[in-house]
Amino acid sequence: MVMRGMYKPVGLAALLLAATSLSAPATAWAADTVKVGVLQSLTGTMAISEVTVKNAEILAIEEINAGGGVLGKKIEPVVEDGASDPAIFAQKATKLVQDGGVVTVFGGWTSASRKAMLPVFQKLKSLLWYPVQFEGNECSPNIMYSGAQPNQQILPALQWAVEKGYKSYFLIGSDYVFPRTANLILKKHIDADKLKVAGEEYVPLGGTDFSAVIAKVQAAKPDIIFSTLNGDSNVSFFKQMAAAGLPSAKLPVMSFSIGEQEAVAMGPSLVEGSYAAWNYFQSLDGAANKKFVSAYQAKFGAGAAVTDPMVHGYVDVYAWKAAVEKAGSFDPEKVRAAAVALDYLDTAMGKVKFAANQSLVQTGYIGQLDPTGQFKIIWQSKGTIDPDPYDPLVFPGKKCPAS
Amino acid sequence: MTHWPLIAGQVFNGFSVASLYVLAALGLALSFGLMRVINMAHGEMLMLGGYLAYLTLQVVPGPLGILAAMPVAFLGAAAVGAVLETTLIKRLSARPLDTLLATWGVSLILQQAARNIFGAIGVDVRAPEWLNHAYTVPSGLLEGLTIPATRLFILAVAFAVMGALGLLLARTRIGLLVRAVNQDRGMAAAAGINVRAVDLSVFCLGTGIAGLAGVVLALLGPVTPNVGQSYVVPAFLVVVLGGLGSLKGTAIASLIVGLFSALVQILVDVSLAQVLLLLFVIGFIQFRPQGVVAVRSRALDA
Repeated sequence: MVMRGMYKPVGLAALLLAATSLSAPATAWAADTVKVGVLQSLTGTMAISEVTVKNAEILAIEEINAGGGVLGKKIEPVVEDGASDPAIFAQKATKLVQDGGVVTVFGGWTSASRKAMLPVFQKLKSLLWYPVQFEGNECSPNIMYSGAQPNQQILPALQWAVEKGYKSYFLIGSDYVFPRTANLILKKHIDADKLKVAGEEYVPLGGTDFSAVIAKVQAAKPDIIFSTLNGDSNVSFFKQMAAAGLPSAKLPVMSFSIGEQEAVAMGPSLVEGSYAAWNYFQSLDGAANKKFVSAYQAKFGAGAAVTDPMVHGYVDVYAWKAAVEKAGSFDPEKVRAAAVALDYLDTAMGKVKFAANQSLVQTGYIGQLDPTGQFKIIWQSKGTIDPDPYDPLVFPGKKCPAS
Repeated sequence: MTHWPLIAGQVFNGFSVASLYVLAALGLALSFGLMRVINMAHGEMLMLGGYLAYLTLQVVPGPLGILAAMPVAFLGAAAVGAVLETTLIKRLSARPLDTLLATWGVSLILQQAARNIFGAIGVDVRAPEWLNHAYTVPSGLLEGLTIPATRLFILAVAFAVMGALGLLLARTRIGLLVRAVNQDRGMAAAAGINVRAVDLSVFCLGTGIAGLAGVVLALLGPVTPNVGQSYVVPAFLVVVLGGLGSLKGTAIASLIVGLFSALVQILVDVSLAQVLLLLFVIGFIQFRPQGVVAVRSRALDA
């Protein structure tokens, strides 16, 4: 893993940058550069995941600069630390946009961080590019949602499971908004498909004891477990499942929060054979992906794992560039209008474009973990899936506000 | 009738969780009982045990690695405890609040050290093959009841540690000295007991047990820089409920907490079970502030 010490100077530099820009008029950027904000957690519990997203965003910015920049200007990233704390995300977003003179911000991971930043971007009429899959049920004109909506990750996983013939589903999640909403959607669709929800259990974030949950799984005898557990709880869950004689080979587990990086950290043999649903896997074919993976590994280490949110962060920067060039302006409102009018972009995750509701049109994939921590892609959606922030069964009649 | 396997399973799980808690809490109870030191870095001793298990498994792979890791983690954590005691806690012994703050600082330092050395995302420690199976009741009233070998192993370790500690305190000269210092520090010192040496050895014993606990916790949980934090809160809970500093109380309180949360979880989910557990402990402390087992010590009267 990357040494954390590295980020101290970067963070300090960012702080100094922001401090100096305080004294300058907010709108005046140097003639040949344009500032963008990169706001991820570089410290705290989310740093594990978000530092690599920051790396991918910076990589894209450097590549674009090496290719001549955007509208003749070099991009100057202003990196801020959200510190795994939604309140700090909101504070740093304000600082970046209001005082730092950035034209847009790439960042956020947890839904809590996004919800905290939303009013800031709405008030300051700026634009946030959000890279992580989430629970939907939100549609702000000031956020570009590139991570999967539930109908692009969770429902494709259900569709795959139904095609495989699984009839009885056990839902396990960490206790916060994403798993609760995801499971609400899953339950409605499982019911609508005349299948069975064998059980639904929540464990506090970071919880380590799964003895009772596993006892309930054993009593309910489901065909498959859908897991929205997040973070270290996954390690405890898989270890205790194996200890109870239920490895993935015996009772399949479909996870929505385990990517290549998490698999390596947990020990690939622990999670081998379990499934995951994403819109990108490192093992995807295609020249664009090969180029991205080798560029990332050249910069951050030969063995560095590449994950779905990282690619979304990377693609966001390129989509912003394309939108800026189409609009011929850095103005957030014009960029937003241009972004949803872009044609398909050929990216590491395949062909994607932003829909009118500012979410990404993308493909859903199911992968199965092999012993090296990579996914074997075993299923993919028929073409790209249009994003739907409001599931029709759960939020009937709810629509994105016309922007 | 199909509920019997679930209920029996939860009773077993209650004992299993209790064994994890008692291992996590014993060291804390020891150092508090004797020295009135609230060691906020106790969780990091558990973490240290996990990482030492990881390192031992690199050197001694194979089925016996985990057994080799236990003495290594015990000695390693005890050594770190010795350094902590002589450099810090000894010097702050008359200032409990400062000790609290200082050991909290140590806890942060150790977490960051682990992050810098091993990376933020944790390392892989797996149960050996001979533990990686479960016993299932094939038929009868408890048909389908599964008992994981790993959990049985941890229960055995917990009993062994408690037994050894009980014998040490009740039957040996060291135990006699510890009990003497615990009852009346001033009088023990006046009688010629080297109170400092007793303090040091008890603190090392406490951190050593935490290190050993870290090894077995790694069989069921993650080994990450902040793993200690997820066990230290229940450990404190158990120590408070048990009667500050009482080893017997710690064991009984672990059992109460383990069984309570396991049995409540038959009806509610984990999140609610935690809420109910905390309410139960608060209620219990209201009626019995001295905990399950009251400790008589001059140190507590002062």
